[in-house]
Amino acid sequence: MESKDRKHQPISVAGNIKYLLAGILFGTFLLKSEVINWYRIQEMFRFQSFHMYGIIGSAIVVGAISVFLIKKFNIRTFSGETIQLKDKVFNKGQIYGGLLFGFGWAVTGACPGPLFAQIGSGATVVIVTLLSAVAGTWTYGFLRERLPH
Amino acid sequence: MIELLKQPWPWYVAGPLIGLTVPVLLLIGNRSLGISSSLRHVCAACMPAKIPFFSYDWKKEVWNLFFVGGILVGSFLAMTFLGNPNPVDVHPDLITEMEGYGLTNLKVVVPEEIVNWSSLLTLKGFLMIIVGGFLIGFGTRYAGGCTSGHAIMGLSNLQWPSLVATCCFMIGGFVMANLILPHILSL
Repeated sequence: MESKDRKHQPISVAGNIKYLLAGILFGTFLLKSEVINWYRIQEMFRFQSFHMYGIIGSAIVVGAISVFLIKKFNIRTFSGETIQLKDKVFNKGQIYGGLLFGFGWAVTGACPGPLFAQIGSGATVVIVTLLSAVAGTWTYGFLRERLPH
Repeated sequence: MIELLKQPWPWYVAGPLIGLTVPVLLLIGNRSLGISSSLRHVCAACMPAKIPFFSYDWKKEVWNLFFVGGILVGSFLAMTFLGNPNPVDVHPDLITEMEGYGLTNLKVVVPEEIVNWSSLLTLKGFLMIIVGGFLIGFGTRYAGGCTSGHAIMGLSNLQWPSLVATCCFMIGGFVMANLILPHILSL
């Protein structure tokens, strides 16, 4: 049964290499911009430097212009598909969860992406932080029905 | 050139490059930038435990795991070949404050005096490594995204729920960094 399932949804390494390469570039940017640096995060939350705000702000501006152009000119993917963007639906989780994630960001100096980049930079103990983040995600899934949304 | 690349990249170079990841992922495969989902896919792949939230075909989302694997490799390569040998150049007031907590090695991305293998089972290490990680995983999934999915991708697509989430990330971080973390660092 399982081998049949796998045939239905094979994991194609060749088809996913492009995402690996995009990730390698993204990881390079995260490291070289120092946004994965715990001290940079402390500086940001103390309003002692513009650095982090400049990075997040300019990333949003470039992203927003790109999305605007893609929508305006109906730009398609390289393989010719229509580009689909999902709307985010509001629920109270964005407030409660957002605050809890903010706590975690300030404590560890990392969001999910930087966790991987901190490990890559040689801080191997962050593997434990990452596993704990997986455990936190699992716990959310387990408690989901009982949490206010 | 290599010497220049070894310096920390200024915000007006690194920020736009990070932002360009949004159209790149859309153009190469119709994928919306979002990294915390990778943690959900790991749960769905390894321990779905019949929980509805993890009962979906994670293999359809496997691109996300390739992407985060790439982040790890890219950071390793950048550290190896373009690593900055100097301490991070943060505000002098922050350096003074951190010295007061015994944190003086600013050459590593984490405060290695606390965040290291041997302090995992100390109270301070446990809070910073294990509880901190748990809050990232629980909070991002509860919020439906993180800095990439909400702050960068969501705001790029002018989604107001992402603005709410981003403001809450910042408020939570502000409260933790200024009001709670100093007590943890003093333990």
